[in-house]
Amino acid sequence: MTRGIIGRKLGMTQVYSQEGDVLPVTVIEAGPCAVVQKKTLGNDGYNALQLGFSQKKKNKINKPLEGHLKKHKANPYGYLKEFRVEKVDDYQEGDKITVDAFNAGDFVDVTGISKGKGFAGVVKRWGFKGGPGAHGSMFHRAPGSIGASAYPSRVFKGRKMPGRLGGDRVTVQNIKVVEVMPEENLILLKGAIPGSRNGVVIIRSSIKKRND
Amino acid sequence: MNTIDLIEKEHINLDIPDFEPGDTIKVHSKIIEGDKQRIQVFEGVVIGRKGGGSRETFTVRKISYGVGVERIFPLHSPRIAKIEVVRKGLVRRAKLYYLRELRGKAARIKERRIS
Repeated sequence: MTRGIIGRKLGMTQVYSQEGDVLPVTVIEAGPCAVVQKKTLGNDGYNALQLGFSQKKKNKINKPLEGHLKKHKANPYGYLKEFRVEKVDDYQEGDKITVDAFNAGDFVDVTGISKGKGFAGVVKRWGFKGGPGAHGSMFHRAPGSIGASAYPSRVFKGRKMPGRLGGDRVTVQNIKVVEVMPEENLILLKGAIPGSRNGVVIIRSSIKKRND
Repeated sequence: MNTIDLIEKEHINLDIPDFEPGDTIKVHSKIIEGDKQRIQVFEGVVIGRKGGGSRETFTVRKISYGVGVERIFPLHSPRIAKIEVVRKGLVRRAKLYYLRELRGKAARIKERRIS
């Protein structure tokens, strides 16, 4: 079964494990997410649950979305995301999905929008080595040659060049759940998570590592 | 209080004695070797405290066989069994990094008398 929840990144800190090791953790306020819509194989061609997160004022929701939410008798949510599940019948519209869905020790995949870095050069964007800083060197952070001359007489597609960096949808896989705090709707994940503070993230159970 | 402070609060150890940079302390740390556990003591001068909340650390410096040794301990670590203050020192700054350049008599710290 795929478990998923929508959350908001609050920031990072560190906690001590039982053995006394320091663990860097990202704190995420996740859910409770209401099931807004059930998508079924017969009706939609696939099985999924649409979850809502972060309630908004009613007048902040546009008319098409208002209609959709009204049809399913759901509160005005700022974020709607679909999660594939095998058995939709286990859920009812209006059910609340909380951080209880996860346990400490589980592995999850986390999706977020990475921090925007603006127009970045090749050293930052692609990890080019760059040249020497001094000793008469006049080659510092430039990209260098971008290809041969007469043949092919053009620059190949996919050439690594400067440009916009960050602000992409990034998924980090196999992140360990350190702690789940159901009263505060908090989940602590080991290590860093894509995105800025207050950024919306999607947490799903890991597709590569099985949770026992 | 924000949520992150609340999480950090749970990890704060309240039985830590008051000590400042310049003080000489004994740190009793738990060493786990396989399934056995023993206590190791590190005695030296506190040359700085860094960070806040549950993330705070302190640096202890001692001279071992003529070589300066510094260890950084997380203040609230469960691996620290006990901290003993041996001697209070009288210093005028928060970070005593200047001690690294000093040897022997010059590296002494005046004792602070508590009236």
